[in-house]
Amino acid sequence: MADTNTGVGASVRRKEDLRFITGKGNYTDDINLKDQTYAYFLRSPHAHATIKSINTAKAKKMPGVVGIFVGEDVAKDKLGGLICGWGITSKDGSGMKAGPHPVLAQGKVRYVGDHVAVVIAETKEQAKSAAQAIVVSYGVLPHVIDAAKAMKSKAQVHEVASDNRVFNWSLGNEEATNAAFKNAAHVTSMDIVNNRLVPNAMETRAAIGSYENGTESYTLYTTSQNPHVARLVISAFHGLAPEHKLRVIAPDVGGGFGSKIFIYAEEVVCAWASKHIGGRPIKWTGDRSEAFLADAHGRDHVTKAEMAIDASGKITGMRVHTIAAMGAYLSTFSAAVPTYLYGTLLSGQYNIPNIYVEVDAVYTNTAPVDAYRGAGRPEATYVVERLVETAARELKQDPAEFRRKNFVTSFPHQTPVIMCYDTGDYAAALDKALEMSDYKNFSKRKAESAKNGKLRGVGFSAYIEACGIAPSAAVGSLGAGVGLWESAEVRVNPIGTVEILTGSHSHGQGHETTFAQLVSTKLGVDINSVSIVHGDTDKVQMGMGTYGSRSGAVGMHAISKALDKIEAKAKRVAAACMESSVDDIEFKDGTFTVKGTDKKMAFGEVALQAYLGHKFNTSEIEIGLKESAFHDPANFVFPAGVHICEVEVDMDTGLTKVADYTAVDDFGNLINPMIVEGQVQGGVAQGIGQALLEGAIYDEDSGQLLTGSFMDYNMPRAANMPHIENFRLGFTCTPCPTNPMGIKGCGEAGAIAAPPAVMNAITDAIGVRDLPMPATPLTVWTAMQSMKKAAE
Amino acid sequence: MENFNYHRPATTAAAVAMLKKAKDGKYMAGGHTLLPTMKQGLAAPTDIVDLTAIKDFSGIKVSKTAVSIKAGTTHMEVATSKDIKKVIPALWEMAGKIGGVHVRNKGTIGGSIANADPAADYPSACLGLGATIETNKRKIEADKFFTGMFETALKDGEIITAVHFPIPKKSAHQKFPNPASRYALTGVFMSQDAKGKVRVGVTGAAASAFRATDLEAALSKDFSAKAIAGVKIKPNGLLTDMHATAAYRAHLISVLAGRAVAAAK
Repeated sequence: MADTNTGVGASVRRKEDLRFITGKGNYTDDINLKDQTYAYFLRSPHAHATIKSINTAKAKKMPGVVGIFVGEDVAKDKLGGLICGWGITSKDGSGMKAGPHPVLAQGKVRYVGDHVAVVIAETKEQAKSAAQAIVVSYGVLPHVIDAAKAMKSKAQVHEVASDNRVFNWSLGNEEATNAAFKNAAHVTSMDIVNNRLVPNAMETRAAIGSYENGTESYTLYTTSQNPHVARLVISAFHGLAPEHKLRVIAPDVGGGFGSKIFIYAEEVVCAWASKHIGGRPIKWTGDRSEAFLADAHGRDHVTKAEMAIDASGKITGMRVHTIAAMGAYLSTFSAAVPTYLYGTLLSGQYNIPNIYVEVDAVYTNTAPVDAYRGAGRPEATYVVERLVETAARELKQDPAEFRRKNFVTSFPHQTPVIMCYDTGDYAAALDKALEMSDYKNFSKRKAESAKNGKLRGVGFSAYIEACGIAPSAAVGSLGAGVGLWESAEVRVNPIGTVEILTGSHSHGQGHETTFAQLVSTKLGVDINSVSIVHGDTDKVQMGMGTYGSRSGAVGMHAISKALDKIEAKAKRVAAACMESSVDDIEFKDGTFTVKGTDKKMAFGEVALQAYLGHKFNTSEIEIGLKESAFHDPANFVFPAGVHICEVEVDMDTGLTKVADYTAVDDFGNLINPMIVEGQVQGGVAQGIGQALLEGAIYDEDSGQLLTGSFMDYNMPRAANMPHIENFRLGFTCTPCPTNPMGIKGCGEAGAIAAPPAVMNAITDAIGVRDLPMPATPLTVWTAMQSMKKAAE
Repeated sequence: MENFNYHRPATTAAAVAMLKKAKDGKYMAGGHTLLPTMKQGLAAPTDIVDLTAIKDFSGIKVSKTAVSIKAGTTHMEVATSKDIKKVIPALWEMAGKIGGVHVRNKGTIGGSIANADPAADYPSACLGLGATIETNKRKIEADKFFTGMFETALKDGEIITAVHFPIPKKSAHQKFPNPASRYALTGVFMSQDAKGKVRVGVTGAAASAFRATDLEAALSKDFSAKAIAGVKIKPNGLLTDMHATAAYRAHLISVLAGRAVAAAK
């Protein structure tokens, strides 16, 4: 390690932040191309309706209008529809029922916000005004909003699914699980709803599509977490252009949280329509209202969950039935979320011999639902940790000790639901969390709160998640349409600076810093001599992108492999230059030395020689210093930890505040502890948001989104967080055995762990068993009122 | 947002004339309600008559008996007025809790009252203090001013010029913010005058700000939390939405009134 201050393990300040916080970022909306036009999408005002006719005659004559396109134009051009890239097979062996998802509605609209037409004009305002002049005649159809009612509704969202059921999937041994319940000494049963969330990245989605007549090729700038996947899908499924004629660029992207993984209609339409207006570029920048309506939402599960416990207090079985809303269409990865990212995590940190889970995925007349920070794992953790906490209370056991008694303690551990946990020490995290949160003195703090009219409660969450997604063969066998490896290329310049080209994509994670830290450690160069190139399919050959906390464990692993190749090649060059055998060359802290001599060459000198070719036989050693690698991981990685939350509830109003929060996480080794802490804090903020504040609500009668702006949709703010002095972060470490850095993913843990910790704390505070999220003042007060009534 | 004609008159008379001439004109003070509405396409006036350049349209005057605030005075000016803090601390405190800094820097007392948003803070202060609203034509008692949701006693073209608040013996403001918007989910503005008469203005709970007369009667007899512990606020006529039911709002009125009594100074 040349510079201990910038290598792996150092809390290096983020290289990219100066650019971001001084307004010098280069986001899609910052880019303006020559002769650019602007798109506005006319959206459905109805939850479900047939389109009887669309009259664009008047709109076409409006000032500034360049073109108007509707579903018919798309169909005429045989532009393919949006796809779901993960196929799920039902219990009865039938395939999932995927309804068509055209980029502009054809014959029907299926949710408020569905894209009906696009108007392209010289200005944004002109496009919007013209859109208002389009006359659409709708035949309103019955709609269904509530996932729990979808299978019995008279509304039918897609022809292929008569009962609105996309699939009926199961995992685990039903018979053995039923037997475990028969023999149980205690059964805890709960009805659990996981509330629908709107991701709300700071940057709204945007796209610029451009067709070049000369080369017959397209360029698409878009707010994507995985531009190569976008290119693949738009080429192979939409059929817009072959891959070598389509360049996708995702420049700086202002947050994604999953919502920018997916391929959306707007970006496809902008690229496609550009050709139809003579190759003029088309820009679309969604506003916040459109983000609420038409970005893929998260969660929305209705679950019945049961836990069987034997007389000794050991969990012997879990049985779960979930109805998962998919929304009106299957978004890109939607089918994987309530299945292989959910059912496979239902063992939690516990040794549960029998688990059976059944999931009915259903269409509803709402925005599509897909992966959102944690994707399936928050839902699983919420089920497991609410059940475990409730079971402990019912059995009058300390929730910490009940968990400890059931922890998995030997590794590797094969769960009954596919996952094989590689390593961990759950008791270590529990002990540390108990100590950091001063659990033993909780009753003193409770008494103190009571003096101020506040009910104090404590809640645990011992979460595990599987990320670093994932081995290609494994996901392929489970239905993934892609492999989930990652690629890297290392280009060493003649003066020894380094360019890393990666298929991972940074949209807030800090890859420009952390990836450079790895290079710094491995090659002994300063991080400022390293640049990270990503997000452009013309620069980086291929990649799978960033989601599922995979850029560290998978993306950096590929870089690490390529760096090893660089080192090997550089050693050969150094050996030739210093007239010694390669076997005698040692490389440490950026310097090549010949064993047992005082001969040495700096990394930069060797790089220069590699490009000069003066001192070695270029027929034996190729000129240059550039290597690439693909890496396919051997397993998921399994971050785990224990979070303990204390809340104070105002007895008079039901207003709940997180008074104290302790997060102890095992992410293996940390590349940059400061960035990891930020990820935990941000994740916990989103988890607190889900538990206390956020919830997308559609009106059952009208199908309109009621929480369509920040006036009604409550995003977490600084004031909703515990004071930083009462927000403690701790780490334990069992290095991951499947990557050389020993790291696990940290991006989603907070959002996965926090909701049950918060809800367990509130239910402890007010003494109710069941309470829905978000626990708004109204919800908590209503629960306290019904308890009061029941007691009377 | 649609295009519109923008006017910036220097006198109220000129403003009235300009509005009269417009096809579909709107007065604008701080613009904090009007502009977002226009951006969303929910309003598309042909003409905007900006009142902020009218001479002597803003300013605070404190006499022995009243605080007079001219219509164009921003929330920030009220929230930073040491003179108001001395005589009606609850009004000073309340202004500091409206919106965020940006809103307080632009939003005005006249605009807030004329707009009469059911969740705005100033209407409860007007009722809770027994204010008089002065226009270019007349003086209107607060009790007769707020007539419904976004509705007031103002006639077409009438402009608020000032609001006069009598200085009470004690006052208090309690606000339970809507968790998302931070508007008042329910807010209570309470005052007690020299004779012991109590006024309780409530906002956020109904279509329009109103006086909680049962609470006033009880508190006028005995200004203590105990006096209102038995007063049951009826949920009839109160709002129900996704953030609060009528019953919850009724309950909040009681809770906030109790807290206001304790906090009154």
